[in-house]
Amino acid sequence: MLCYAGPASLARAQTSAEEQTRNTVNEISDNLIEIHDLKFSRGHRAIFDGLNLVIKRGQVTALMGPSGTGKTTLLRLITRQLIPEHGTIHVDGVDISTLNMSELYRLRQRFGMLFQNGALLTDLNVFENVAFPLREHTKLTNRLIRHVVLTKLHAVGLRGAADMMPAELSGGMARRVALARAMVMDPDILIYDEPFVGLDPISMGVIVRLVRRMNDALGITSVIVSHDVAEVSTVADCSFLISHGKVAASGSPDELRLAKSDLVRQFMHGMADGPVAFHFDAPGYEEQLLGRDAE
Amino acid sequence: MQQTRSVEVGTGLFVLLGMGALFFLTTQTTGGNDFTAEEVYEVEARFENVGSLRTRAPVAMSGVTIGRVTNVAFDPVSLEAVVTLVIDGQYDQIPDDTDASILTSGILGSQYIGLQAGGSDIYLEDGSEILFTQSAIVLENLIGKFLVNAGSGKDD
Amino acid sequence: MTALFREIYNAVTEFLRTFGAFQLFFLRLLRHSPGMLVSRFDLVVMQVFNSGALSLVIIMVSGLFVGGVLGLQGYSNLSRFNAEDWTGVAAAFGLVKELGPVITALLFAGRAGTALTSEIGLMKATDQLSAMEMMAVNPVRRVLVPRFLGGVIAMPLLAAIFSAVGMFGAHLVGVEMFGVDVGSFWQQIQLTVELDDVKEGIFKSIVFGVAASLIAVWEGYNAIPTAEGVGRATTRTVVITAIAVLVFDFMITAAMI
Repeated sequence: MLCYAGPASLARAQTSAEEQTRNTVNEISDNLIEIHDLKFSRGHRAIFDGLNLVIKRGQVTALMGPSGTGKTTLLRLITRQLIPEHGTIHVDGVDISTLNMSELYRLRQRFGMLFQNGALLTDLNVFENVAFPLREHTKLTNRLIRHVVLTKLHAVGLRGAADMMPAELSGGMARRVALARAMVMDPDILIYDEPFVGLDPISMGVIVRLVRRMNDALGITSVIVSHDVAEVSTVADCSFLISHGKVAASGSPDELRLAKSDLVRQFMHGMADGPVAFHFDAPGYEEQLLGRDAE
Repeated sequence: MQQTRSVEVGTGLFVLLGMGALFFLTTQTTGGNDFTAEEVYEVEARFENVGSLRTRAPVAMSGVTIGRVTNVAFDPVSLEAVVTLVIDGQYDQIPDDTDASILTSGILGSQYIGLQAGGSDIYLEDGSEILFTQSAIVLENLIGKFLVNAGSGKDD
Repeated sequence: MTALFREIYNAVTEFLRTFGAFQLFFLRLLRHSPGMLVSRFDLVVMQVFNSGALSLVIIMVSGLFVGGVLGLQGYSNLSRFNAEDWTGVAAAFGLVKELGPVITALLFAGRAGTALTSEIGLMKATDQLSAMEMMAVNPVRRVLVPRFLGGVIAMPLLAAIFSAVGMFGAHLVGVEMFGVDVGSFWQQIQLTVELDDVKEGIFKSIVFGVAASLIAVWEGYNAIPTAEGVGRATTRTVVITAIAVLVFDFMITAAMI
């Protein structure tokens, strides 16, 4: 577990030796999510094969990896939308596989999740989308709901769009509304599933800034699943690179950039060929061109 | 808010239409046999054969429904069908020698009881029995008779 | 030979699995239904509107023409026996007992059922259902149950409207077009059709309503969450509902005779 503990700004300046000691001292209270020896497969394809990782309280943690490494699956496992075949997942010291349905729903109320494309409810307008968790879980008066919702919408800069329908929003706006919705129940943990995909640079910058601000201002823990190396580097305190069902490397974005492993280098620098081969498995090129395999 | 309003109005309209349609179906397409009277009296009639007469079949006099069949039973002693009918209390001057026959409405229709007034001065009352009855015409019997006649005619 | 046997075995177990899951799904919907009717009636009303009020036009137009056709057929056949007065009876029996519930259910599957399936399928494909789960809202209760109940409530009303409008269509053809006497047209109907016939029709439409709504919601919820998957689920909704409705119709009719 090579990641930093403590406030992000401080952590960046520390050496890894210091960090090791801090870790052991604060281990119990600092680890919000602990995943131990996780195994999970889809069909015959193993997606996770002995994955271990720890997400620290109050940090922005990035989970990175080439496409198809099951980052989204991991998020679903953490929130128990999927159940692991082997291994344990602890959230705040509690093994989530032991929770019953109502405890699970209570646990999920502590999570806010931002889906890849926002996942706004298409039949409700922006205001009602943000108000949705409040209406479902609380008995607040309309006046109070209005107050809370407008505050959250203001925080993402979309108070003016309250009456619009999701179909009328741009991708970046939809994601900001979804962020407001994820924040409305004041969660402890915010999970972002590919928050930077398909956004123009301006929207991207807005989201990056919001992620950081939400995390620091509200003292919540953020988990970002992404493969946008550049953006992740600007916000994450700690990154895990997942490959072949395991954590291939971890550390601050800078550390990862300087890592010597071929895979990490290929991923961080976006090289076309390397451990993740450019060519999909195929019979020999010459043989196939000469038509020998046809016989 | 405007949207919820139009949804509610539309739903209300739809449900009302549906209820109206149900009401129409239950009242306007059925109940031709229904006969409602505040006071009724019950009489019996015995038939050799009632054909396909059912309970709730109308009882008509001169084509006007004045009552209905409430029970069709078989008397194991006299080996006859016993039909119980109720007649509207306001028609209390039906002669007791009235003739009851089982008729068919239309060519394929259901069967009903037709009353043909007699000339007696004594009227039917609760518990009386109609003595003169005419059984249902059963098509098979008619055809059978016809065939027998035709057959015997040829033999001659 | 063994391969074939294994394939058949797999197909049978897979069918049983799906069928069992379907039954459990039905029970899940039923379990949440009373609570939803009491606490979130507004959501149910919304779905009665979507499934019922929005299907009104197609139901009424179809009913009018089906009734009209029954009038035409009835008149042209019955007039050969000089039994034109029975035109209305033929139409009424056809509509109230059979065509009303059956055709309404088929149209319902095509109009409301496909809309339900694709809506739920798209909600799934765009992670809306997962998002709800993450917000600790049970999507079965919040999304599926109101839609199921909306369909169940709307179907009998739609069938009744279909039959009533159909009677009007038969009246137009029989009385206005062919000149059957109004009095005998309606009197024959009233004399022949019994309350039990109407009840049979209502019973059928309730059964069909449950079946059609259940299938539509199930297909949407179990759709493969892609554009293609949702499209295929929508097709399946129509096909399965049509078969289920016709099979149920046969079984109910056989049981009632």
